[in-house]
Amino acid sequence: MTVRVRFFAAARERVGASAIDVERSGARTVAELIGVLARTRGADLAAMLSAPGIRFAVNQELVERDAAIADGDEVAFMPPVTGG
Amino acid sequence: MLREIRIQEADFDVAVEWRQLGKSLGGEAGAIVAFCGRVRDVHAESAVHGLFLEHYAGLTERSLDAILDRVERRWRLDAITVIHRVGRLDPGAQIVLVLVAGRHRSEAFAACELVMDYLKTDAIFWKKELGERDRWVEPTSDDQRRRRKWDDEA
Repeated sequence: MTVRVRFFAAARERVGASAIDVERSGARTVAELIGVLARTRGADLAAMLSAPGIRFAVNQELVERDAAIADGDEVAFMPPVTGG
Repeated sequence: MLREIRIQEADFDVAVEWRQLGKSLGGEAGAIVAFCGRVRDVHAESAVHGLFLEHYAGLTERSLDAILDRVERRWRLDAITVIHRVGRLDPGAQIVLVLVAGRHRSEAFAACELVMDYLKTDAIFWKKELGERDRWVEPTSDDQRRRRKWDDEA
């Protein structure tokens, strides 16, 4: 009953891992998953994951924060990107 | 249009990539434009000791593919190579290579610039500047302006 959560940049450093398995605890959307992470991993992490400019992906598809999640999904929190 | 997209930790050899691209071209391709980005040792007058780049395997490749889709909708070109490095990079290191081959130089120059402008804003990489105080870099307002310029011209 878990989802795989991927973190990048500052959130990855804060968590100390690029990916963790998170017990869904009934969360049905990305937004609700942030609520679970707030309870289990701290409000400061949840704030980072809700910051302006953060984008979300479920199974490598960009989605909005009210997108549905299911067991076994990979959920990624992506801060503002820059390459080049 | 032939596409070569690579994300790698290892350095690249511009001459090797250039020859490789050249071999794939027919006789009508009259121009190859190359841009190679290097890690600077200074930002806003502060010393930079290097960069750390991370990516999201799968989605990052698709974000680069989407940039090349944009190029292809706009110009008729023969081939593009994009190589982007990740991991720890020291000042002076090569970070990105864009090669564009086409019939004439004007569209090859323009396409190379479009790819670089979109790399700054749309490519899925995270870049940490290592220095006195490490910081995660975000696209600047100038980066955003340069990217929007292409929409205005579309």
